[in-house]
Amino acid sequence: MSLAYNDDERMLLEAAQEFLRAESPVSALRGLRDSADADGFSRALWARMAEMGWTGLLVPEVHGGLGFSHMGAGILCEHMGRTLCASPFFATAVLGVTVLNHAASAAQKAALLPRVAAGECILALALEESARHDPLAITTRVTATADGFVLEGEKRFVLDAHVADTLIVVARTSGAAGEAHGISLFLVDAGAPGVVVERNAMVDSRNAATVTFQAVRLSPEALLGPLDGGFAPLERALDVARSCTAAELLGVATEAFERTLDYLRQRKQFGKIIGEFQGLQHRAATLFCELELARSAVLGALRVADRPDADLAAAASLAKARATDTATLAVNEAVQMHGGIGMTDDFEIGFFMKRAAALRMLMGDAYYHTNRYATLAGY
Amino acid sequence: MDPLDSFRLDTRDWLEQNCPDAMRFAPSGDVMTDADVCWGGRNCVFSCDEQRVWLMRMAERGWTAPTWPREYGGGGLDRAQAKVLAEELQRIRAHNPLDSFGISMLGPALLKYGTHEQKAQFLPPIVRGEIRWCQGYSEPNAGSDLAGLQTRAEDMGDHFLVNGQKVWTSYADKADWIFCLVRTDFAAPKHQGISFVLFDMQSPGVSTHPTRLISGASPFCETFFDNVRVPKTQLVGELNRGWDIAKYLLTHEREMISRLFGVTGAGQVAPADIAVRRIGLEHGKLAEPGLRGDIARLEMDAAAFGLTLERLRDEARAGVGTGAASSMLKYYGTELNKRRQELLVSIHGSDALGWEGAAFEDGLVARSWLRSKGNSIEGGTSEVQLNVIAKRILGLPG
Repeated sequence: MSLAYNDDERMLLEAAQEFLRAESPVSALRGLRDSADADGFSRALWARMAEMGWTGLLVPEVHGGLGFSHMGAGILCEHMGRTLCASPFFATAVLGVTVLNHAASAAQKAALLPRVAAGECILALALEESARHDPLAITTRVTATADGFVLEGEKRFVLDAHVADTLIVVARTSGAAGEAHGISLFLVDAGAPGVVVERNAMVDSRNAATVTFQAVRLSPEALLGPLDGGFAPLERALDVARSCTAAELLGVATEAFERTLDYLRQRKQFGKIIGEFQGLQHRAATLFCELELARSAVLGALRVADRPDADLAAAASLAKARATDTATLAVNEAVQMHGGIGMTDDFEIGFFMKRAAALRMLMGDAYYHTNRYATLAGY
Repeated sequence: MDPLDSFRLDTRDWLEQNCPDAMRFAPSGDVMTDADVCWGGRNCVFSCDEQRVWLMRMAERGWTAPTWPREYGGGGLDRAQAKVLAEELQRIRAHNPLDSFGISMLGPALLKYGTHEQKAQFLPPIVRGEIRWCQGYSEPNAGSDLAGLQTRAEDMGDHFLVNGQKVWTSYADKADWIFCLVRTDFAAPKHQGISFVLFDMQSPGVSTHPTRLISGASPFCETFFDNVRVPKTQLVGELNRGWDIAKYLLTHEREMISRLFGVTGAGQVAPADIAVRRIGLEHGKLAEPGLRGDIARLEMDAAAFGLTLERLRDEARAGVGTGAASSMLKYYGTELNKRRQELLVSIHGSDALGWEGAAFEDGLVARSWLRSKGNSIEGGTSEVQLNVIAKRILGLPG
């Protein structure tokens, strides 16, 4: 297991870099925001991603995908982070597909994965119920009826819910909040009666929604994975998604850092290039070290994710915590070192700060994952 | 079978048969002591016969210096094989057969800058642990500004006459030979008048005086040169071009230091394990919540640092390395160790204050804590490392 990219991964990286810089620069996100775009992403861009196979990157070849490595998914997330590319890629092709890969029956996979790979089905995972990440604190209720199930509850911070075709809902079928046993997963049509999606305007101008389920009737085939045993596949999928979120944070941080370095090399004050000042040099050098460590943690987690038998939990928590803290530092330093211009909306660096904040909260911040890491290690 | 896999199996097999049980750390709770470290040299005293045997067996295969050419006594392994060997050694928690500045610092410089005769003369005894080397770099007025050194070497025809003083010479009182920076041109700009010479510490005119540290130990010496004759054949590289060699060697020193301090290796107990033992758990969590958070952050940073060492090796093997990472590793590894030592002091509470006596392990915690303060000074201060990163890696001006 090498932490360096292989040839396929390097090719993917080069293609991603070129495509995203040309087709989805930060100005595209600004455009979506300023035009109050109804979708919050470009359907045309999404179709191009499907053509390149990105929507099916983690979909097995037998279901029409590429069956590529998780390292590859991380590479795409990192470079989407660098250009702040807005699309349902993460919610659908990483999080949604990974839940399906781990929990879906053969029939469910055959029905859904080819459509996802073709870019014809957007997925959203309805998980969170409180403002702080807590995948065990599930109270959304599913009860069995004579002909299936009824779903009742409210979910928040559901990425891309308002454009999703199919929701994957984490619900409780038995037990109490805080318990892993009793959590089950369900496939819910986004247009089903009783599903109410309220799009939320977020700081990063990206898609998130509050979703309410009011006596939503589900067929028996809606159950995804074992009844009461949905937490194990969910947790594995969350850890894959956390590793990929960490990769996006790494991209956000690296881009913010490189833009800051460029500024330090050209901005003059007191008759000097400000990059000559040791006060700034040492801060930049310290940040460089943090970025290098974060990169190692992210690549380490993605490589573990590529080994189905390996325990991913600690590696994913390490990656998410490390990338979160590093990106938070990077965007704060970026705004500070840019001075006044960094505070303006005209300048792009603030977009990186906003995206880093959203990714920081997504699926557990550094406090959550530090606590989890210690618990996993037995203290 | 993949040749690397068969190399791994052969290596595992050989190590199982040749690494004595006494040269392996127990799976947990076994703490490395000074007796576990073998420095070799003319006056080497082995702590036990197994230590001697382990060194001899590893040296015979050249595996004390796995990547050096076989011609000069090394193992002749490529990087991938060397990684496998390191992993297999770690797997059985083997003691390092030989700790050696000859291997970690002088050897790479000699391989790059030495003549064939110099390599043939000096490298094999290093591999076998027969000659222990020390490093004559810092001087009373040349610390961070190393290139300001004043020790002079006068050209006397067939030899140099060396006069001056070095400080912070690690284990100079125990070393057999020294690799030393001397000024051979006082008129030239400071970086262009330095030469790199080797000489025997038994040469007439060499004397050492140990420096007692705040930890109570004396791993460093002041070293004095009073009309020391150094044959010109012991000049490495070109006259007045010693700074190039000095810098090259420094990158190896930084990597050595970062490996030593950055990761919790075999023979070291993780702070979390000690904390669980001494402080205990409440509802499955360490009973001191703030300390728990700091320990977890340290362990995570150390894990990320370990992955960074691994990644840089993998990237170097794939030919995509930056090659300028030693300053980063040195900076981060030593700062990590200082954090680790501060946490160990907190974990031990007032027991950390004990200085002597069996009850306090002769002050091991306090002495290790105090010693760690030097980690971010020796081999180039943290501030110097940050300067190097800013200028050489990030390309910032000035």
